[in-house]
Amino acid sequence: MTDQRSQADIVRRSLKKRYRKEKRFRAYGVLAVSIALGALVILFADIIGKGWTGFIKTTITLEVMLDGDSMYLDDPTDADQRAMADFSAPIIAALQKQLPEVLEAGELRQLNRLVGSYGSNDIRDLLRAQPELLNTSQTLTFLASDAVSVYVKHSDNPSYSIRLSEQQQHWVDQLLAKGVIETKFNNVFFTSGDSREPSNAGILGALVGSLLTLIVTLAIAFPVGVAAAIYLEEFAPQNKFTDFIEVNINNLAAVPSIIFGLLGLAVIINTFGMPRSVPVVGGLVLALMTLPTIIISSRAAIKSVPPSIREAAEGIGASKMQVVLHHVLPLAMPGMLTGSIIGMAQALGETAPLLLIGMVAFIVDVPDGFFSAATVLPVQIYLWASSAEQGFIELASAGIMILLTFLISMNALAIWLRKRLERRW
Amino acid sequence: MSINEKIPNVATKPDEAPMTKQAAALAVEAKREDIAVEEGKTVGLPYSDNPKFKLRNVEVFYGEERAIKNISLDIARNEVISFIGPSGCGKSTFLRCLNRMNDSIDICQVKGQLLLDDVDIYHSKRDVVELRARIGMVFQKPNPFPKSIYDNVAYGPRIHGLANRKSDLDEIVENSLRKAGLWNEVKDRLDATATGMSGGQQQRLCIARAIAVSPEVILMDEPCSALDPIATAKVEELIAEMSESYTIVIVTHSMQQAARVSHRTAYFHLGHLVEVNETDKVFTSPEHELTESYITGRFG
Repeated sequence: MTDQRSQADIVRRSLKKRYRKEKRFRAYGVLAVSIALGALVILFADIIGKGWTGFIKTTITLEVMLDGDSMYLDDPTDADQRAMADFSAPIIAALQKQLPEVLEAGELRQLNRLVGSYGSNDIRDLLRAQPELLNTSQTLTFLASDAVSVYVKHSDNPSYSIRLSEQQQHWVDQLLAKGVIETKFNNVFFTSGDSREPSNAGILGALVGSLLTLIVTLAIAFPVGVAAAIYLEEFAPQNKFTDFIEVNINNLAAVPSIIFGLLGLAVIINTFGMPRSVPVVGGLVLALMTLPTIIISSRAAIKSVPPSIREAAEGIGASKMQVVLHHVLPLAMPGMLTGSIIGMAQALGETAPLLLIGMVAFIVDVPDGFFSAATVLPVQIYLWASSAEQGFIELASAGIMILLTFLISMNALAIWLRKRLERRW
Repeated sequence: MSINEKIPNVATKPDEAPMTKQAAALAVEAKREDIAVEEGKTVGLPYSDNPKFKLRNVEVFYGEERAIKNISLDIARNEVISFIGPSGCGKSTFLRCLNRMNDSIDICQVKGQLLLDDVDIYHSKRDVVELRARIGMVFQKPNPFPKSIYDNVAYGPRIHGLANRKSDLDEIVENSLRKAGLWNEVKDRLDATATGMSGGQQQRLCIARAIAVSPEVILMDEPCSALDPIATAKVEELIAEMSESYTIVIVTHSMQQAARVSHRTAYFHLGHLVEVNETDKVFTSPEHELTESYITGRFG
């Protein structure tokens, strides 16, 4: 009896200790999760705080007299005349009308810097498309220059330096008050490719490039990866050779991605003579990089199909192929898809291998096919982040937001697919 | 292994804890050490005049290990034969030789002569698919496909091309479900997923699935071990009905079940086939000492 009592005491005493330990352990866990979440919050706050202005553009709306004399132009359909004409003259004239106190020639040149450098191109393109507008008066909206845009959006942010003279700032303030300079939703960002001028630069080119590249990657990596996984898991004999292959697939998953870029450069571009900077080559390289991920996750998915299902099908007299196609594959599909989408998400965020195959070039046009020069989202972000103009800072952050949105929606798709296809057994 | 080898100890179950029982078990162990099994010698009636299966000198190896030791047995047409014996005695392994389910295990090797209707089961040119269409199998755990009830039963006829028209297939499905005694329970929800049924229903569905391809033989590997007594009774009833048209081989851990459903009973011990006889005889007057000590519950 006494023995039992003392034993109970010992247990009770140790219990207290155990609970303390448990509590401490739980606290560590909570701490770890908070650190991770905190880091995430800081990251998002920083990116969104820096990038949201990327979705805003600064415009200058002017009543422009398209005066042929001042532009030295009397026939807008003549290419030679267009090449010689001075399309910025009407803009300066229109600005001067808004700011009557500007009279000197030097000041007029300063005035011209308010409108982005592509403003005169806008007038040229308008006149080429509609020659009948010559010598008429039109209300046109121009993108403000980078300096004006930075001044309007970030005049109270010390990390930006204002590159406008006192006088120019005074003019901008006046124009803002008049409603000539406005800030609007930046549709340019979503509808155009890269540009030297931050106000004219957009993400669409990179987005389409990423999409085309990923299509190539998926079209190659998914069928090859799944087929390899099925063969290795279901048909391959268990011997040293298959062991060797398995080890190497696992090794391949750990190879630094830039090596795949070198491989693409040496084999796909130099040996097979494919063009540089195109989504097909990028897709091929990324497919090689994604293959191990897909093979490993597909094998795991196949392994997790309960053997009882396999036995049931074999017991009825299904052939090996029928067992695989009718039973194993449908049950393994959710796992395979999840693995593939995670692999795709990895490929989407990959930069290093693409630098080596020339997808880092400055490409203005939105790619229109698998063989047209393109860049991809992360490379575009890299390019903007390393640009000198201040306007690119916010564009880089905005680009990161687009990339993250893309990634999150891909992961959401993976989760949805898994929920949708998953069957209980 | 020599012919007169002593039988190694069979591990006692961990739940047999109390001291007195342990002592008794030890005594039995000591006694069993003395009982010898002569390899390849089976007492009772292992042979039949009208065999469906003719199995001679069958040996199964898992790598180096000999799991089945020189077994010869006939399984008669339209009989129900049950295999009993302690865990690990090789009865399931032996059953799975009959439809070559061991093929998928790389290290498993089957030797000896196994004839189904006088044709070699393990002939190198024998088609496993055709063989398994003739020999259905029901497993220990109910394993319906995660598909609808209808698709489960229709799967076999579909892959073997037994029904050309939808109406034929419907008929096969209905007949199979009727034979399995499941029709009335599921006829209104054939499209429901099979995994939502109760364990007993799932097992009867698996039986329906097996008989849908009209096999000649049905192998059952402990079909009731995962079922409650009521579901077990239903399956046993079903076995009795099916014995009119099929040859049934059933592996079971329950001696009562063997006694209830089978015509003949075979007792396996450590890879040997010790005794085969009419079920009544095995359970009332076993010829071999080992059989007697097993059925009286002294070990196993």
